[in-house]
Amino acid sequence: MSQQPLVTLQNVGKTFGPVTVIKDVTVSVYAGKVQVLLGENGAGKSTLIKMMAGVYQPDAGRIVVDGKTVTLPTTRAAEELGIATIHQELNLVPTMSIAENVMLGRMPTRHGMVDRSALRNRARAALNLIGLDIDVDTLVGELGIARQQLVEIAKALSINARILILDEPTAALTRHETESLFAVMADLRSRGVGMLFISHHLDEIAEVGDTVTVLRDGEFVAEVPASTPEDELVKLMVGRSIEDQYPRNTGAGTQPAGTQPAGILAVEHLSSTGRFSDITFTVRAGEVLGIAGLVGAGRTELIRAIAGADHYDSGTVTVRGQALPKGNIQAAIKAGIGHVPEDRKGQGLVTGASVNDNLGYATLASTARLGLADFAGQRSRAQAVATKLRIRMHTIDQAVGALSGGNQQKAVFGRWIIAASTVLLLDEPTRGVDVGAKVEIYELMNAITAAGGAIVMVSSELPEILGMSDRILVMRDGKLAGELTTAEATQDAVMTLAARDVDEKN
Amino acid sequence: MSTTTQPATRRGFNYKKFLANNGALVGLVVLCIALFIATPDFLTGQNLLNIGIQVSTVAVLAFGMTFVIVAGGIDLSVGAVAALSAMVSSWLFVSAGLPGWLALVGGLVAGLLAGVVNGLANAYGKLPSFIATLAMLSVARGLTLVISDGRPIKTPAEVSFLGGNLGPVPMPIVVLLVAALVASFLLNRTVIGRSMYAVGGNAEAARLSGLPVKRILVTVFALAGLFAALAGLLLAGRLDSAQPQAAAGYELDAIAAVVIGGASLSGGLGKISGTFVGALVLVVIRNGLNLLNVTSFWQQVVIGLVIALAVGVDVLRRKTRSS
Repeated sequence: MSQQPLVTLQNVGKTFGPVTVIKDVTVSVYAGKVQVLLGENGAGKSTLIKMMAGVYQPDAGRIVVDGKTVTLPTTRAAEELGIATIHQELNLVPTMSIAENVMLGRMPTRHGMVDRSALRNRARAALNLIGLDIDVDTLVGELGIARQQLVEIAKALSINARILILDEPTAALTRHETESLFAVMADLRSRGVGMLFISHHLDEIAEVGDTVTVLRDGEFVAEVPASTPEDELVKLMVGRSIEDQYPRNTGAGTQPAGTQPAGILAVEHLSSTGRFSDITFTVRAGEVLGIAGLVGAGRTELIRAIAGADHYDSGTVTVRGQALPKGNIQAAIKAGIGHVPEDRKGQGLVTGASVNDNLGYATLASTARLGLADFAGQRSRAQAVATKLRIRMHTIDQAVGALSGGNQQKAVFGRWIIAASTVLLLDEPTRGVDVGAKVEIYELMNAITAAGGAIVMVSSELPEILGMSDRILVMRDGKLAGELTTAEATQDAVMTLAARDVDEKN
Repeated sequence: MSTTTQPATRRGFNYKKFLANNGALVGLVVLCIALFIATPDFLTGQNLLNIGIQVSTVAVLAFGMTFVIVAGGIDLSVGAVAALSAMVSSWLFVSAGLPGWLALVGGLVAGLLAGVVNGLANAYGKLPSFIATLAMLSVARGLTLVISDGRPIKTPAEVSFLGGNLGPVPMPIVVLLVAALVASFLLNRTVIGRSMYAVGGNAEAARLSGLPVKRILVTVFALAGLFAALAGLLLAGRLDSAQPQAAAGYELDAIAAVVIGGASLSGGLGKISGTFVGALVLVVIRNGLNLLNVTSFWQQVVIGLVIALAVGVDVLRRKTRSS
């Protein structure tokens, strides 16, 4: 490539204490190109972008911007050179307006007071850069994640960013929202903005990227065109080939011929005003039931109601013929339900507590004697399940928050395995989990169903739903829009049911 | 294990880590050594017993506070509840004519009930604990004044016994040690104690794991009320009377002790041993400043700085650990 890169990290390295996180990696971002950074969690992607954003300083190598070697001691220094980062966790103040957020830190003033009309105009102009048409007086907290992200991008562009670092921007977006983000990215690309894009969704790479830099264990593995086939990318990333991304061994093998396996979980006419209405389905032993739908279709709300986490208005939830009381988590757990919630850090784990403690919460009371916690027993149970699920950690007393996303998720699963749960309700079970750990979680699901358990899985990743479910329910606007067998299910069939009229709703 | 590895493991003892994890204890030891050098009056039997007696009230209050802070809350009412409990006990004895031991139990029950009300308001009434217990602070202090009509009431002999001596040992020190053991046992060994850490660390994750979060919160505040009552009775027993203005502002000492002891106000962290050390730090500083004839005005300044220093060191420690 004859063109000079906007920014290059040249042979950079970074160590934290004894741990080498990045070793001799070179990556460049060109004007009007989307450079994809690919690697499993822990491969060093975030360390690398933090060096580009001025958060960390490289211990080795150098940073070159427009052909000149620079140092980026602060994020401000990076911003001054036109490098802006859109973080996974957005840096917006939800209680302030869009205009205030876009102009935060550089409010236009007149006579020492905020010049409201200039504020609005400049913010308006920033939103126009990406064709976002919303009232700039709207509070950011009232926007959906997708719009908040666009506001953040507008903010970056308004400070003349030429290089945008997008750290997993699509992780929390629906397919539709992702497409509008990609449209914005395509537009920025045509205007010469260089982008560094991180995503765990392999299918997005060919769609939006130009070239891919693959990292493994902090080292540069390869730079390949974005059109490289997915399994090739996986192989580069994981260092071995993953035979099957979705290793579901459906049907026959798990069920004895001629017998119809019993329904374990039955949900009848379940309704909750404003959330979902009249939901009826049964899940049989050995079955994975996928629930597809757009964000806001009521899937999470349904799962939470079944798990006892929320109340509902009418209908029944039955596990093995036994009706569960409404809104009673303890009763649900006792009946064999295990709930892996959508937001791992916010709802699944006590991140400051140890792996051991986190694995034991569901069984703390049931294994106690005379109100005394069973420490020794808990430890051995936790150790056994951590080994079984291959939770990668230093020790079992390590804070669970220090583990990678996939290992954190395994800890949530492990809790229910210790509790011997037989009906698992999974809400986005592989969100923020890298490819290798994903397959391990799928294999775990197979093991659970093979042992006669039942799984209900909500997921926004269609390939996952299609690949891992034995049967698929599609929800739309809080109602069941249809049911598909594995044979009938295609991306199109699911999307047709999920989104009758896809318009801007959130 | 071969002998050659032994020097390595010994060198492997991470004294830096030890210092970082026991900052308050190290501070206390340094403080004691400094005072021992500065004044001959510090290391005398009588002075040490004084320190023991003074620390008993603060520490017992702070043990109760530890439960609350570990569970992610705060209890501003413990000083007022301590005063109310002692007053109820004396009133039951003097005005209602109950036997002394029953009056003592009545005082403990009063504290427990105040705590339960705090817990109910927080867990079921959805009031932030800061607000619920701020209200209780005012209510309990007010009730104390109402019951006593603003005057001290003498304590029954059973309560005065708590302030007296058991042979050569002051009873408050005995009560303190028993309370420390009980509190530590509750927090470390029992289901409810372990649950407190989960609730304080992430209440929603705890709830979705099937822990009865509301019941745990009520228990936590009830324990804080009970320990406050005990502290109030200790204080009254020493003076042979329940004072309407007793323990005013003690909630802040209790919070300071817990925080100096390494707990985090955002919940999920904290130990009884740490709180004990934190309370000792506060009391030893006051005692030392007294011995050195520093006025109580300056003492407040010093205490404030110590709290800021202790928490500052803690913040720094967590930062270095997380990176």
